[in-house]
Amino acid sequence: MNAITLEHITKTYNKGAVLAVDDVSFAVEKGEMFGIIGPDGAGKTSIFRILTTLLLADKGTATVAGYDVIKDFQKIRGIIGYMPGRFSLYQDLTVEENLNFFATVFGTSIDENYDQIKDIYVMLEPFKDRRAGKLSGGMKQKLALCCALIHKPEVLFLDEPTTGVDVVSRREFWDILKRLKAEGITILVSTSYMDEATLCDRIALMLGGKILSSDTPERVIKSYPEKLFAVKSSTMHALLKDLRANENVVQCYAAGEYIHFTLKEAGEANENILLKFLRDKHEKDLIFTETVPTVEDCFIRLLGKQDGGAGN
Amino acid sequence: MEEPVIRTKELTKRFGDFVAVDRITFDVHKGEIFGFLGANGAGKTTAMRMLCGLSIPTSGEAMVAGIDVYHHPEQVKRSIGYMSQKFSLYEDLTVLENIRFYAGIYGLTDKQIKNKSEELIEKLGLQKQAKVLVASLPLGWRQKLAFSVAIVHQPKVVFLDEPTGGVDPSMRKQFWDMIYDASADGITIFVTTHYLDEAEYCDRICIMVDGRIKALDTPFLLKKNYGVDNITEVFYRLARTAQRSGD
Repeated sequence: MNAITLEHITKTYNKGAVLAVDDVSFAVEKGEMFGIIGPDGAGKTSIFRILTTLLLADKGTATVAGYDVIKDFQKIRGIIGYMPGRFSLYQDLTVEENLNFFATVFGTSIDENYDQIKDIYVMLEPFKDRRAGKLSGGMKQKLALCCALIHKPEVLFLDEPTTGVDVVSRREFWDILKRLKAEGITILVSTSYMDEATLCDRIALMLGGKILSSDTPERVIKSYPEKLFAVKSSTMHALLKDLRANENVVQCYAAGEYIHFTLKEAGEANENILLKFLRDKHEKDLIFTETVPTVEDCFIRLLGKQDGGAGN
Repeated sequence: MEEPVIRTKELTKRFGDFVAVDRITFDVHKGEIFGFLGANGAGKTTAMRMLCGLSIPTSGEAMVAGIDVYHHPEQVKRSIGYMSQKFSLYEDLTVLENIRFYAGIYGLTDKQIKNKSEELIEKLGLQKQAKVLVASLPLGWRQKLAFSVAIVHQPKVVFLDEPTGGVDPSMRKQFWDMIYDASADGITIFVTTHYLDEAEYCDRICIMVDGRIKALDTPFLLKKNYGVDNITEVFYRLARTAQRSGD
């Protein structure tokens, strides 16, 4: 059974002037961790708000746990957990008061469902008398997750839970999500960090209200059609400029310690010509290899196709 | 050798018993891209605020663009550029109005403002959007404009506080192209980020843990010294040892 379905969902704002979600369809299976990957303004939050019954779509239908988001909105609200992108707990209540509040609203208590949140809450317990507004980013995020989990939801909606959070807290957070998934909770999560995409069962790459590609991360990467090259030298900025000046180079951008690029026409002969061109300018310490794309490379390629050459 | 653009010695900031920044010492050179990393709560923001003349240090020394941050914080503010993810432009002013406003604040003459406005709008390809409210620009464009505005007065150094948060990967690359260009023009870049692939683009990076500098070197040497193949791993190893829970 599908835990979430969307069929031809469209949402506009300002009387149709802004197209936020453009004919989006996808389904999330029960127990699956599904990631919506895309930058600010891609339409991710609108989808979350439609599925959590906080916003009406202009067109299309959507269900959560088999319930229709319009007809059965009250049922849905009782069985989902939602962590919005913006911190939306009560800043002037303490950690414990916030959690108590959310438990009570959902007709339960901290004691009754303590198992559900125990792993996360132990990290928060030393601060349980601190006001939520005074917590650090990582702690706020953990509290928000506890509040979203306290009523044992079937489906969890996490809208950019790790934005602005450091690497250590991000890893901890994804470890927690893995455990929740193992318990059978369906998770829809959005992020603008491409490296988090590979942690999901399936992902949808989203931009400008549209889904550009949707599959398992492995298959998204496998479907990258061209050869992708990686190159580095001790003068990276100059190397980048030289590559961009070359007619056979299509997309070309810094990717960690390397520069990634694709060629209009690959093939050994063309690769050798380019290599010679680069060696003439960066003879000392040029490293040149073919490389395996990442989700980020896939995303950049799709972006480039969309607006005719960005990423350059 | 030229004077460093930023020089700190044992720079410290206490809030009561809490030592937010604990005796940090480093130099940043002209045109250098200096990445300033640390977990949430490591003391990055406090350190940056001191260097920008917004917070008076408790002890130690700090010179920015040749000016002492203790005694002349106002002069520091005039000599630097600053942008952050959270605030950088006035959303209810147009693109052109924002450029004029900041150029005016930084004391450019009317003629300079006019030239600079035209130059920037052309460089950013915003001719059609010049009279559009900044609020209606996509985030990536806004951040590129914000960066251009932060260096409109050709400061010796610009401070960038998580400038690319939430921006799409393609735009993030374009943003870094602008950083490279500014650095080639001799502007020193002091930048914080949570995207550790961006740390690789820096000339040197400094990793703070619990208010102290735990590592400072080129990305290449940091990876070599820790025997790992990416900065994320270096960062993770250092930041994991943190005692402070991030606030």
